[in-house]
Amino acid sequence: MIDDKRRRIGREYFWFALALIVILMGSAHAATVKLLNASYDPTRELYEDYNKAFAAYWLGKSGDTVTVNQSHGGSGKQARSVIDGLEADVVTLALAYDIDALAVQAKLVPDNWQARLPNNSTPYTSTIVFLVRKGNPKGIHDWNDLVKPGVAVITPSPKTSGGARWNYLAAWAYALKQPGGNDAGAEAFVKKLYKNVPVLDSGARGSTVTFVERGIGDVLLAWENEAFLAVKELGADKFDIVAPSLSIVAEPPVSVVDKYVDQHGTRKVAEEYLKYLYSTQGQEIAAKHFYRPRDPTVAARYAKQFASIPQLVTVDAVFGGWTKAQATHFADRGTFDRIYGQ
Amino acid sequence: MAAAESRTAGRSPALARALLIAVALSFLGLFLVLPLLTVFVQALAKGVGAYAAAILDPTAWASVKLTLLVAAIAVPFNLVFGVVAAWAIAKFEFRGKSTLITLIDLPFAVSPVIAGLIFILLFGSHGWFGGYLKVHHIRVVFAVPGIVLATIFVTFPFIARELIPVMQAQGKDDEETALSLGATGWQTFWRVTLPNIRWGLMYGVLLCNARAMGEFGAVSVVSGHIRGLTNTMPLHVEILYNEYNYAAAFAVASLLALLALLTLAGKSFLEWRQPELRHAARQGRDRTRREIT
Repeated sequence: MIDDKRRRIGREYFWFALALIVILMGSAHAATVKLLNASYDPTRELYEDYNKAFAAYWLGKSGDTVTVNQSHGGSGKQARSVIDGLEADVVTLALAYDIDALAVQAKLVPDNWQARLPNNSTPYTSTIVFLVRKGNPKGIHDWNDLVKPGVAVITPSPKTSGGARWNYLAAWAYALKQPGGNDAGAEAFVKKLYKNVPVLDSGARGSTVTFVERGIGDVLLAWENEAFLAVKELGADKFDIVAPSLSIVAEPPVSVVDKYVDQHGTRKVAEEYLKYLYSTQGQEIAAKHFYRPRDPTVAARYAKQFASIPQLVTVDAVFGGWTKAQATHFADRGTFDRIYGQ
Repeated sequence: MAAAESRTAGRSPALARALLIAVALSFLGLFLVLPLLTVFVQALAKGVGAYAAAILDPTAWASVKLTLLVAAIAVPFNLVFGVVAAWAIAKFEFRGKSTLITLIDLPFAVSPVIAGLIFILLFGSHGWFGGYLKVHHIRVVFAVPGIVLATIFVTFPFIARELIPVMQAQGKDDEETALSLGATGWQTFWRVTLPNIRWGLMYGVLLCNARAMGEFGAVSVVSGHIRGLTNTMPLHVEILYNEYNYAAAFAVASLLALLALLTLAGKSFLEWRQPELRHAARQGRDRTRREIT
């Protein structure tokens, strides 16, 4: 009886030990790595594709399985969540200022994060275009058409949305570049524009849904990629894309979140994940989702699909960089508050 | 003159009744039945195959599992709390009783978004307990525990609120009798109190469950919106909708609506089984109201 029991216990130990060995051996051979990418609104489709491609690439290169989880929302809101403890291994946000916030407010990334990858850590760019109803019934061709009475403009809130801040700066830059343009004139112009905005959503995708699905507004100020996606998803028979005479080069940067990757032990794969965005395959995927690739060969191959905009300006050239632009325009009591508060 | 008045008075109730019923029904149709129908029509717009694919999608399925898990934790927690609180309030006299009743009602009064933010301020990286949690590698917000906490907060009052009037209506005579006959406190609870309140309790559990599965605002703030990990069904519906994936969004929405309808069916069943329950509940509620005012 007792012997029998002992034998049974011995057997159980044996199986348990065996199972443990199998598990340990398994993990030594092929690890499963999990990454979290906190991104802004319009990149959902891009990263859904890209994550699959990267997983295949990484499996071939290292033998490890990598699963990338995605979290999307307005860029500013996502930065806020990461600061509050959303442990993203990488952030792919709409503008540099939101990643700067991770450095300044929580020391999650070093101050020089933007110098760590080529092209200011921006593997692809975009710009701001107009999406109008089919046939362009209100005759909207350029920024000055947006301030006309009776034109309803849809754009998200620059307080929470990265895309909205690009929209705002593009409008400002346009007014500034007009003959005799100055800051006071630009402020008056942007103020007039926001008088025509009936709803401020918190993120770019919310605004797109407001415009295309709920049918509100005459023109949507949108990321070029978002506008092309809306046309692709919902039919070219419903919307037209209008390229203004001037727009801004929107640079959505990427970074590893140092504090979290070191905690998770995922630094190597997270860095590879971002580097792979610059590879030919990564650039191709970006281009397919209507982001402008940095790689000249890929860019040349896809040149035809993008809107042709005569003049593209940068935030560095016109506004002296994001830190300055943010402080002047979007901080509390900045020009946006002044414009929208009255 | 008097005759004319009485004639009007005699005729108007029937007319008024028909009018009121028509107004109520058309309101119900317009604001309840029609939207609910739309959900199911939209869900099946692309055929049964697309519907099944949308439900069986791993991220959708993960959201279903998370929703059920959250409800499975939040409801029992509130069940215990609700019984304890209702017991204390209905059977004992103590100072601060009305304060306790007010506190239980607090989650009804506070916006769910505030409820979510409270937990970020407490458990976020820069919150009161953020440092401690970080040292011990415990994740609360942007993970399942945060979602559970937020859900418990917003569903806090349901069971207690349902039980207090029932328990007050029944008074404490039964319990006193049991105790005087030598029963222990525990026996009194299991054999006397619990059977007396069981219908009210189940009613409260159903309401609590419906809200726990459907909560959006508070959960949205603490979720972090990680696809397949921290999205509950209501959040997943919004995400699918924002991805132009309308059929899938409405498919998941219809599943959520179905869960809610099941809950309501359960509630109707209870009422049908136990008509006196409604009566007792109403009486008790009136009494509470009188006491508070």
